[in-house]
Amino acid sequence: MSAILKICDLRVAVDGKPILKGVNLEIRQGEIHALMGPNGCGKSTLAYVVAGHPKYEITGGSIELDGINVLELDPCQRARLGIFLAFQYPVTIPGVKVSDFLRHAVSNVRNPDRKEGEGLIPMKDFRKELKDRMSEIDIDSEFARRYLNDGFSGGEKKRMEILQLSLLRPRFAILDETDSGLDSDAVRAVSEGINKLHGPHMGVLIITHHERLLEFNKPSFTHVMLAGKIVETGDASLAHDLHANGYAAVRERHPTEAAEQEAVTVKA
Amino acid sequence: MSTDVAVQEREDQDVGVGDYQFGFHDSTDNYVFKSRRGLDREIVYQISELKKEPKWMRDFRISSLETFFEKPMPHWGGDLEEIDFQNIFYYMKAAANLEKSWEDVPDDIRKTYDRLGIPEAEKKYLAGVKAQYESEVIYGSLQEDLEKQGVIFTDTDSALRDHPDLFREYFGKIIPANDNKFAALNSAVWSGGSFIYVPPGVKIDFPLQAYFRINSENMGQFERTLIIVDEGASAHYVEGCTAPTYSSDSLHSAVVEIVVKRGGRFRYTTIQNWSNNVFNLVTKRAMAYGDSLMEWVDGNLGSKLTMKYPAIYLMEPGARGETLSIAFANNGQHQDAGAKMVHCAPNTSSRVVSKSISKGSGRASYRGLVKVEKGATNCKSNVVCDALILDSKSRSDTYPYIEAEDDQISIEHEASVSKIGEEQLFYLMSRGMTEAEASAMIVTGFIEPLVKELPMEYAVEMNRLIELQMEGSVG
Repeated sequence: MSAILKICDLRVAVDGKPILKGVNLEIRQGEIHALMGPNGCGKSTLAYVVAGHPKYEITGGSIELDGINVLELDPCQRARLGIFLAFQYPVTIPGVKVSDFLRHAVSNVRNPDRKEGEGLIPMKDFRKELKDRMSEIDIDSEFARRYLNDGFSGGEKKRMEILQLSLLRPRFAILDETDSGLDSDAVRAVSEGINKLHGPHMGVLIITHHERLLEFNKPSFTHVMLAGKIVETGDASLAHDLHANGYAAVRERHPTEAAEQEAVTVKA
Repeated sequence: MSTDVAVQEREDQDVGVGDYQFGFHDSTDNYVFKSRRGLDREIVYQISELKKEPKWMRDFRISSLETFFEKPMPHWGGDLEEIDFQNIFYYMKAAANLEKSWEDVPDDIRKTYDRLGIPEAEKKYLAGVKAQYESEVIYGSLQEDLEKQGVIFTDTDSALRDHPDLFREYFGKIIPANDNKFAALNSAVWSGGSFIYVPPGVKIDFPLQAYFRINSENMGQFERTLIIVDEGASAHYVEGCTAPTYSSDSLHSAVVEIVVKRGGRFRYTTIQNWSNNVFNLVTKRAMAYGDSLMEWVDGNLGSKLTMKYPAIYLMEPGARGETLSIAFANNGQHQDAGAKMVHCAPNTSSRVVSKSISKGSGRASYRGLVKVEKGATNCKSNVVCDALILDSKSRSDTYPYIEAEDDQISIEHEASVSKIGEEQLFYLMSRGMTEAEASAMIVTGFIEPLVKELPMEYAVEMNRLIELQMEGSVG
């Protein structure tokens, strides 16, 4: 039976200010969902909250993975449970080699009970696997020796996120604007990477402004977010429609949320 | 100029860095000789007598002792008031003879070294291993072909006996006894240490190693190292120090003198991890002559207080000096470390890279001096200090001093202070790292530019020390 990531009436605030105001979303392993919406509507917040960023205050609702209360877990435990976030802005960790970082990450996620200082996966096997995955998504093997995201271009950082996705093989992956800031070749490379990885064992939530990524990775469901709520859910054609015609129609259908959203956007 | 920084970020965590020590120690019943506590002329005579030293050395010790008594305690750097000079053993001898082969080293001493990984070091490097155990070198071997090339690598006491002229020519010339109070103390009671002479043109391409260790409660360790790298020669010397934990305070006060002659290259690498009751007050100085290169690589962990500013005097045109230092200050520890570069000649250059980490109530200070003497035109100096602060209680200071008597020079100083970023921690944790593992990884990355300069096994040890110090410290 496939696992379900279930988000129920999720309410989240930052510095006392509500950002998510009752989000409901269910993703099954094997499904691709698209999450769209104007800037500041809460898409990235949702991604961060699922991954467990400490700065968000959960004021209500729940997140469960196969009945396990995800909100009680720290980010490390969530990763080991099979949740993955591809960051919109991956941070730089100077002095930490990509290969060392990935070997630790893979060792922890594949052996969720691993304690600090315990053995890592064998170097030989890991090297081979890393080399294979890197060539699949067209990353020069030289990157394994570079410092994590240090001096990487935008596209290189995004590919590095996809590389991590391919090594960690999560049950649920959230891609937070993985296509933003990339030229069309890079989007294609990233999309192909996701396509190869996607399968019956991975549920994917693609957060995007654009349609490009969705052309390659066709969603079964498209959700539209406004002012911290999912206001509409449709199929791939909704994404296409939003891309072609913008959010005006959605705003018209949901005037209250549209007004709230407007207030947030103007303030920002 | 000073910048005091106390950054409020994450709630403090209560476990100490420097909780890591090799917290074991051997019985001290097997000492061949142990002086009484305290310091006076009689003790100094006794040390010199036992070592059967020539008169000039005995006189040197006695006059150094006078200098030590005359000089006031320094009132800068760290708090030295707690040192009780009369409550310290100044000389102890753990085994009667200098041993050549590992099998001959007494059992309990071998056990201690086993835990420090000495046999592995011996296997990996065919260089001579000099291990200072208490006040005498008890174990040493030197590769035959080095001996054939005229390289001398021995303990300092033997060098005084076996190479008297060479020894006397340089001993106490780079760091005179009256340089500072602790150099005077060392000059009066010194024992052990390494002596290296590399003849002209001889290049040693593997590191010469020594392991130091304080083993007895209230025992001062006053090793004295003298290294002469002759014209066009090159060598790398590595020392690592660890100490077991004791309840009362210990004093470590070494003197290291180095001469690098014209065209020579020398690197001196130290990793020290003293237990957190040790006062570590070390004077290190090198004189670099024409077109030579002198490098200090200095890693300081542990101790209660470390005051150490490896110096390079750039004596002739073309001399270059470089100091890379790492300091890790944990709860209750103060690392006051830095570098001193003195440009005595034109066209000389120096570089200092300092990285410090402070954690808990630890305090890491960079104290550095760049001095350019009159007429030393066209000198270049570049100083970079980066500090990483792990929590709200820890502290970092920078005291860069510049004294320039010539104006046709280029001196750059950059300093930065950062804290472990919440976003970095979150990123690593979202890839399955625990918080401690993530912190350790960030710290390891921070010092990586220096660690990669260490010989492999020391780099591994350094990273392991950092991991151990971060363990259980968060969450």
